[in-house]
Amino acid sequence: MLQPTSGLLSDTSDGVIAVVKQDCPTCELVVPALEQLAAGLSEVGQSLTVLSQDDPDFPQSITGVLDERGLEFSWHNQIETVPTLLLVKDGKELQRTVGWSREQWEALSGIAELAPDLPEQRPGCGSLSVDPNLSDELTVRFSGSTLHSRRIEIAVLEDEMEAGFDRGWSDGLPVVPPTEARVLRMLQGTTRDAQDIVAIVPPDLVEATVEQIAVNAVLAGCKPEYFPVVLAAVEAACSQTFNMHGLLATTYFSGPVIVVNGPIAERIGMNGANNAFGQGNRANMTIGRALQLVIRNLGGGRPGDARRSGIDMAVLGNPGKLSFCFAEREHDSPFTPLSVARGMDPGVDALTLFAGQGPTPVADQISRTPESLARSMAAVLRTVAHPKLVIAFDAMLVVTPEHGRIFTEAGWDRARLLQELEQLLLLDGDDLIRGANGIAEGLPESVAGTQMPKFRPGGLHILHAGGNAGLFSAIIGGWVSGPMGSELVTIEIKP
Amino acid sequence: MTVVLDPTAGKPAAAIETVPRPTSLDGLTVALLDISKARGDVFLDRVDQRLSDLGIATKRFKKPTFAKPAPVDLRHEIATSCDAVIEALAD
Repeated sequence: MLQPTSGLLSDTSDGVIAVVKQDCPTCELVVPALEQLAAGLSEVGQSLTVLSQDDPDFPQSITGVLDERGLEFSWHNQIETVPTLLLVKDGKELQRTVGWSREQWEALSGIAELAPDLPEQRPGCGSLSVDPNLSDELTVRFSGSTLHSRRIEIAVLEDEMEAGFDRGWSDGLPVVPPTEARVLRMLQGTTRDAQDIVAIVPPDLVEATVEQIAVNAVLAGCKPEYFPVVLAAVEAACSQTFNMHGLLATTYFSGPVIVVNGPIAERIGMNGANNAFGQGNRANMTIGRALQLVIRNLGGGRPGDARRSGIDMAVLGNPGKLSFCFAEREHDSPFTPLSVARGMDPGVDALTLFAGQGPTPVADQISRTPESLARSMAAVLRTVAHPKLVIAFDAMLVVTPEHGRIFTEAGWDRARLLQELEQLLLLDGDDLIRGANGIAEGLPESVAGTQMPKFRPGGLHILHAGGNAGLFSAIIGGWVSGPMGSELVTIEIKP
Repeated sequence: MTVVLDPTAGKPAAAIETVPRPTSLDGLTVALLDISKARGDVFLDRVDQRLSDLGIATKRFKKPTFAKPAPVDLRHEIATSCDAVIEALAD
């Protein structure tokens, strides 16, 4: 039996190539046509080369069948169906036909009246080279060398799950070993070139390629379809205006909070409904985690603890620093989507990144008018960071469906609610100054006798998420706001 | 044996060494860097006064915000015009 020398067409002889497998009724069916082709082509000085993907003794009646069990030829020549017939001259494919069609086989081969006993046509079967169980391994085998990352061998006696912890790649939870197959599969989630530089990642200011981010997305447990969201998150986090370096290093609680808008959220199965901030949804949990692992592993931004110092100096941090990522509930929102309020077109996939802490509840089960509910929200919003501190901290107000309905029924949109909240959150300077109400914390004496807004203009962001039931909304308090700290960043999620 | 891809940048960040700690401040210029945290200036005013009393030259600098790294020009100016730096880190 002959062996195929490579996957290259140029290594095959001119003539007709047939790729078949024994486990395919159509391939079995066309054996008489293949026999006829072999005879007919040799008469005119050409040849038929048959490659068998599973059984090198199939078809038995054809001599010199090539063993294609390695699937190299099929992979390199994008064979998706068996039988596939190729017409090759000077190492170049001139023509191709898939499945059985007498008319097409005759046209391709130039041999007339092929297998008159067969039906006119019959669809083929799937090529083994595109079998989902094999395709990842084949991709590694035949294209793995395209990846630039350093290879690390995990010894046979080493537990590969422990290896991630031992090498310092983990945020404290197990990480998925980033094998070449998994990374290549992750890269299939984007159209971007693996070596494109996505961002300069702080704190070490390392150029991060699509490939390096894919390795960390694998660690985090992402599926390939999440990868465009991860890339957008990294790009947004590393922008000057978001200031990931400062957010990472702060003693405050905050970390990156990701909000996803647009059809991609539903397409990849993100959660914007019940328990949107909580556990249980793979996309929500792993996208934010991937961003944090990029900051840790590529940027060098490792947190400290009681035993070692690190760049993350958070006094307490918050559990959302593992992943705080959710979709906006757009379909029944009283408001335009957050991304649209931020200038994106409706229906565009977009990611908004906020420097935020954990959620604070606004529990109001009694209010049935927007005025009363807005007062409840304002009362809690006033406490962001500290009831006597203003302007320095932005906030997100996440309105849930049962609260949202009260605004919808009253015809209140985002602008109307913001207007109301701004009025309610104009605070008397006398209550804010240091020492007022017996509290040393506060603003300088100079604000006495004035009115101060709780939030800077544009510092309060309103959106809609949550489950159907529960008269509780949420506030996500921010970090140092604006040019002095972090600005909300919204960018398009590109494929 | 499993082969995995390195998720790190592969090399440590360029290390920047600090100059050796001076054994004496005599004849040196000391930078006093306020990082813009509340009341950092109170601390630095006092340090400034104490150093001046000892006849040690000081220069005052201020980061625009504590929440971001010091701008490169500021770092350069401190490094080229002073021999040591005292930073008021927090409030």
